[in-house]
Amino acid sequence: MPLLRVDGAVAGYGEMQVLRGVDLSVEEGEIVSIVGPNGAGKSTVMKLIFGLLKPWEGSVTFAGRDVSGMAPERLVRLGLSYVPQVDNVFPNLSVEENLDMGGYIRSGSLAEQKERVYELFPRLAERRKQRAGKMSGGERQMVAMGRALMLDPRLLLLDEPSAGLAPLLVDMIFDKIIEVNGTGVAVLMVEQNAKKSLALAHRGYVLATGQNQVDGPGRDLLENPEVARLYLGG
Amino acid sequence: MLQRSAAAAERPFERFRRVASGKAGMLLALALVLLAIIVTAALKGVPATQLLSLFVRGVLLGGMLALGAVGVTLVYAVLKMANFAHGDTMTLGAYLGLVVVTLLPKGAPIAPFSFGYEFIVALLVVIPAVGLIAFGLDQLAFRPLRARRSQSVMFAMAALGLAFGIRSLVYIFWGADFTFFYTGRARPAVELFAGVRVRPDQLFILGLAVALIAGVYLLLERTKIGKAMRATADNSDLARISGIDTKRVILWTWLIGGGLAGAGGMLYGLDVQLRPEMGWWLLLPLFASVILGSLGNAYGALAGAFVIGIVWQMSGAFINPVYSQGIAFLVMIVVLLVRPEGLFGGRR
Repeated sequence: MPLLRVDGAVAGYGEMQVLRGVDLSVEEGEIVSIVGPNGAGKSTVMKLIFGLLKPWEGSVTFAGRDVSGMAPERLVRLGLSYVPQVDNVFPNLSVEENLDMGGYIRSGSLAEQKERVYELFPRLAERRKQRAGKMSGGERQMVAMGRALMLDPRLLLLDEPSAGLAPLLVDMIFDKIIEVNGTGVAVLMVEQNAKKSLALAHRGYVLATGQNQVDGPGRDLLENPEVARLYLGG
Repeated sequence: MLQRSAAAAERPFERFRRVASGKAGMLLALALVLLAIIVTAALKGVPATQLLSLFVRGVLLGGMLALGAVGVTLVYAVLKMANFAHGDTMTLGAYLGLVVVTLLPKGAPIAPFSFGYEFIVALLVVIPAVGLIAFGLDQLAFRPLRARRSQSVMFAMAALGLAFGIRSLVYIFWGADFTFFYTGRARPAVELFAGVRVRPDQLFILGLAVALIAGVYLLLERTKIGKAMRATADNSDLARISGIDTKRVILWTWLIGGGLAGAGGMLYGLDVQLRPEMGWWLLLPLFASVILGSLGNAYGALAGAFVIGIVWQMSGAFINPVYSQGIAFLVMIVVLLVRPEGLFGGRR
């Protein structure tokens, strides 16, 4: 049984339909990447999975439970963490306080979890007292991922983790994603950077015009002429 | 490169604005305002002792304003709404305090103050009670608007409605006349220093205001719920995504904001008198303090409250006190022209 399953999801904002039937799944321990051109509905899929949108049709199942439209504050308790693309840190809180907020629902000490995040991102350990809003884009992305990892999630949702970062930092963030995955956390990300994200993903989906058109192992997708065609909007 | 050429071409006012809007520039400007007030007063022949007394009174008023302003700014930070009922929440605190003081058997005044143990008990009752009432009113008036994602003008109207409602209740139960916690009790003043005379009550008021504010500081900085409040103020979507219980944050926001307002109202009533309009007249200075210190910034609201309080009182030295509140607003407007984000804008 997959960890996460989206079945025939149709959804949108207000009157505007964005998703026209999306099916996807993530197995325990997998990295899955959703790629696709602008406006394909990639971020909408993320919001749908994380309960920020209710599906009009279809369902979202997590760890065997129907979680369609379940509120985010309940989903985090089931082991699902989400890193939005923008506004993904608390700018006026220090790095350490950002991590504290990530572990908010845990009672007791968070020292162990914080240590693990600092081990993953030594840069954050040096700057734990600094306000997140004053940090560079790459560092902020680390804070955002660190916050999401505080609850030891089973599945980490990343919305465009490389957006707006310099190429060197993109590689660093992708390396960290592999490292996080190595500790047993499944990762589902949406990415503009199709090449790099498919190269590291176990499997990928190509989303276009609100539907997943092609799927398969990440590297196969990279060589699939159909994918290139979808990207060009053919 | 582009920025540099723009800077070279900036007009004198822009240049002044850039220099003056820095933190140091702002502090200098406020010092200049103070200096201008002192010079004007001196030219008008106001004795230094009187000016010093007004300064002390300004600090005192600032402390009471701060108790209200922190609530206004916290509510704004967490709920993104301007609570125009906050002044009347202070009135409510004062009159609830009066009820407790009246119901309890009268004890002797605690020397050197003019009030007895009843006032302390009343404070202990009023702070949580007004906090809970403020939360209750939120659930009644504002929660439905939030659920419907109403426009901010709806929140403002609902808040004004609450303000009038609270005031009307006070009129119904206590009448339109002013009153005191202890009618007819003497309130002698003592010399503090250099001929500045204050009533011991006023020292108590300032002391309590500072203690309460320090308590809120510790709560916001050190406790889990305080951090969650700051996080929600910072980025409410991310707070939800992190699993922070927004309802609990809202409850605590009103408990703190309402509790402080209740205490502020009682202290204002102790210092001056209780009037049904007392809080309503404090509403504009409250918002001036909050805006001056940057909306949503708790520490800014404190600074703003003291600036407004001091300017308000001291300018009374040379103009009719009726207009002196206007001078405080003038300072606020000038600050906002130079630094639209307020004194503490862009930082916490």
